Amino acid sequence: MNNEATLNHGHSHRDDLGSKMGMWLFLLTELLLFGGMFILYASYRYMYADNFKVAAMHLDTLIGSVNTILLLTSSLTVALSIAALQRKQTRFSVYLLLFTIVAGGAFLVNKYFEWSAKIGHGIYPKGPEMANLSDGEVIFYGLYYVMTGLHALHVIVGLVFIGFMVVFILKGKQTFDNFQRLENAGLYWHLVDIIWIFLFPLFYLIH
Amino acid sequence: MDHVSYLEYKGKHKGLLGWLLSTDHKRIAILYLVSLIVFFLVAMTIGFLMRLEMLSTGKTIVNPQTYNALFTLHGVIMIFLFIIPGIPVVFGNFFLPIMLGAKDVAFPRLNLLSWYFYIFGALLVILSLFVGGGPIDTGWTFYVPYSLRTQSNVTLAVFAAFVIGFSSILTGLNFIVTIHRMRCPGMSWFKMPLFVWGLYSTSWIQLLATPILGITLVLIMAERLFGIGIFDPALGGDPLLYQHLFWIYSHPAVYIMVLPAMGLVSEIIPTFSKKDIFGYGPIAMSSLAIAFIGYLVWGHHMFSTGISDTSRAIFSFLTFIVAIPSGVKIFNWVATMYKGSIETRAPFLFVVAFIIIFSIGGLTGLVLGSLNTDIHLTDTYFVVAHFHYVMFGGMGLLFFGGLHYWFPKMFGKMYNEGAAKLGLLLFVVGFNTLYFPMFIMGYLGMPRRYYDYLPEYKIYHIISTVGSWILIAGILILIINLVRALLKKERLTEKNPWGGTTLEWQVDTPPTLENFEEIPVVEHGPYYRDNLIKPGKSH
Amino acid sequence: MSENTHTQQHPGYGLYILVWAGLVGLTTITVALAGFNLAGLTVVTALAIAIVKSLLVTNYFMHVKTDSPVFRVFIFVCIAIFIVVIVLTFFDLTYRFPLK
Repeated sequence: MNNEATLNHGHSHRDDLGSKMGMWLFLLTELLLFGGMFILYASYRYMYADNFKVAAMHLDTLIGSVNTILLLTSSLTVALSIAALQRKQTRFSVYLLLFTIVAGGAFLVNKYFEWSAKIGHGIYPKGPEMANLSDGEVIFYGLYYVMTGLHALHVIVGLVFIGFMVVFILKGKQTFDNFQRLENAGLYWHLVDIIWIFLFPLFYLIH
Repeated sequence: MDHVSYLEYKGKHKGLLGWLLSTDHKRIAILYLVSLIVFFLVAMTIGFLMRLEMLSTGKTIVNPQTYNALFTLHGVIMIFLFIIPGIPVVFGNFFLPIMLGAKDVAFPRLNLLSWYFYIFGALLVILSLFVGGGPIDTGWTFYVPYSLRTQSNVTLAVFAAFVIGFSSILTGLNFIVTIHRMRCPGMSWFKMPLFVWGLYSTSWIQLLATPILGITLVLIMAERLFGIGIFDPALGGDPLLYQHLFWIYSHPAVYIMVLPAMGLVSEIIPTFSKKDIFGYGPIAMSSLAIAFIGYLVWGHHMFSTGISDTSRAIFSFLTFIVAIPSGVKIFNWVATMYKGSIETRAPFLFVVAFIIIFSIGGLTGLVLGSLNTDIHLTDTYFVVAHFHYVMFGGMGLLFFGGLHYWFPKMFGKMYNEGAAKLGLLLFVVGFNTLYFPMFIMGYLGMPRRYYDYLPEYKIYHIISTVGSWILIAGILILIINLVRALLKKERLTEKNPWGGTTLEWQVDTPPTLENFEEIPVVEHGPYYRDNLIKPGKSH
Repeated sequence: MSENTHTQQHPGYGLYILVWAGLVGLTTITVALAGFNLAGLTVVTALAIAIVKSLLVTNYFMHVKTDSPVFRVFIFVCIAIFIVVIVLTFFDLTYRFPLK
């Protein structure tokens, strides 16, 4: 970035564990960011238990399940990709990452259709159908849009990270004995997966 | 390499860019120092105007809406742009790596990025004054439902706080990794200076509490922009949940503000008492204890809102528990001074002033922490007084104390000791004249944030306003004295002007770009007096 | 302290695929169970399955099981604080919104 960084700090050792620690600490902040919303979800679900059940029945369990499988599989391919890179199977590693990007993209496409369907029915903030819903249902959909929306944003960020990793591997910047950035991107992607693991039952299954 | 200080080092970029693009932790600390002092002076001026308005009943200088904007801005700028970043970003950035025997923090570029987040957030705060519905008038707490209804520019201001929160998280993350990974050989956890323990505890709060505020602020924005129902009672929301989430962050945040200040006290006292610290372990552990218990007491901000009696009793009990680790610190500091050969230099006097003022603030906190008195005192000037005694008398006073302690090391110049003492005297006198009457009028029932008041409170308001003038005179003397010292030709090259024992007193004054030519090896605890006799490893 | 600690050897492809199969299996179970009326146990079972799934992901995909113990401590502190906060919040809610 500048002279000092390259000239004077350049000789300090690469610290993979430190780098991973930084990533983990960041993941904990992400976890608590969603944690704040889970507190809200738990509180409102407690207050409006019946309304939440009614509203949850109107979400499409099939799309939710397909998306769960997509994310789980994309998590697997990221983990495999690191293992492949360590075994110097660079091309295989890149293919696995590309598969992850495709699966993540498919997740977003599904999400798009799901949201569009809801919006088509007039269920969105200030939408025409909202006036007919009970307070609890309005809150449910409020949380639904914010939580899945924020999660989708994280999916997009994760995909960009992984896209960069593909470039890094192809340029030889991430190699079999220097893969910490790939591992960090992987950690981020797994976190996105974990958040979905909780969002899925809470919004789609509890009815 | 010859001994070129970090101030004079010529990197790839010259002049101002050499500072704005530098990833050196010391230069970033100076960037923060300058920005913090600017915002402090702005918010201080706003506070001055508020006090001037309260000099007489009815309109004195501004109209009521402007007054609402003034107290909101005073709070937002002081809290988010001065007190919370405060000591960690300036002294933490500058001295944490040196105290650990490292050349920089773990992620230097992230460190610079967090300064840019800070400045970007600050610019957004300023922008929010001039666009949209004008300056926000919600108070710094942004309570719903008013913050959802007001026409003033809450959305942008809240976004600014979100961005500044991000800066705070990155600093905390950086410090934790630095402390875990960059300690020099021999420096075990219990050989770290106590300032580092203060920073470590603070960093964990920054990391684990700020995201909750972040999401709460995002939800306010979402509600205002899209009409999503989350907190709005008209849509079935529960405004008290907003208060819960807000204080889940904002109560631990007061420990973000004060723990580094307490760490600083633990540095200054042994140096000027010429003694090893008394009770190193308890002081270090009490920092962690305060950080942890700090998470469990947020409900005491909501005693009068109608939350359940069970939770009020629990929160009140836990609030009293916080007094224990705080008391542990105070007793150990005093015990360190006991039988020491005390040198009453300016930084030491700041600490003495801190202990007295902070004790008043802490003890009045217990008055507010008990349920029955709190019902009477909620939202009165008593709270305002308590808050300023702990925050301004805690962090604010120690910010200047730390500046006087480390100024010679940071800049290689020495300030006028007499002027510093005079400034401090005016500071303390003005401070108590300003805030002590607030305890009394709060107790008598004067509500906070009111534009006007009944005649019976007049005398207290007048005394208080006069106090603000004395206080500001003191602060200006302190700052002008330091600026004059900066402009002096005469240089200080002595490595250890105070006789301190921690590593920063063994490096050059001012430090070179890399701090140490050779990474030091630590054998003894940080306040071991014989550290002084041992030849410095940095020669 | 700053010597570069090489991240541990990763497990083989087989283990990852096994974990993935377990995750997919658990997903199937939780979806299938949603069809039954478990009354009060619905939330508990769904959350229990989600917790098991997230443990699989953290321990194997994210290597927490084999990594430095410091990460386990970090995660534990974070989760502990979150749980305490949620419990304290509910001390209030259960009073203001008593169950009928």
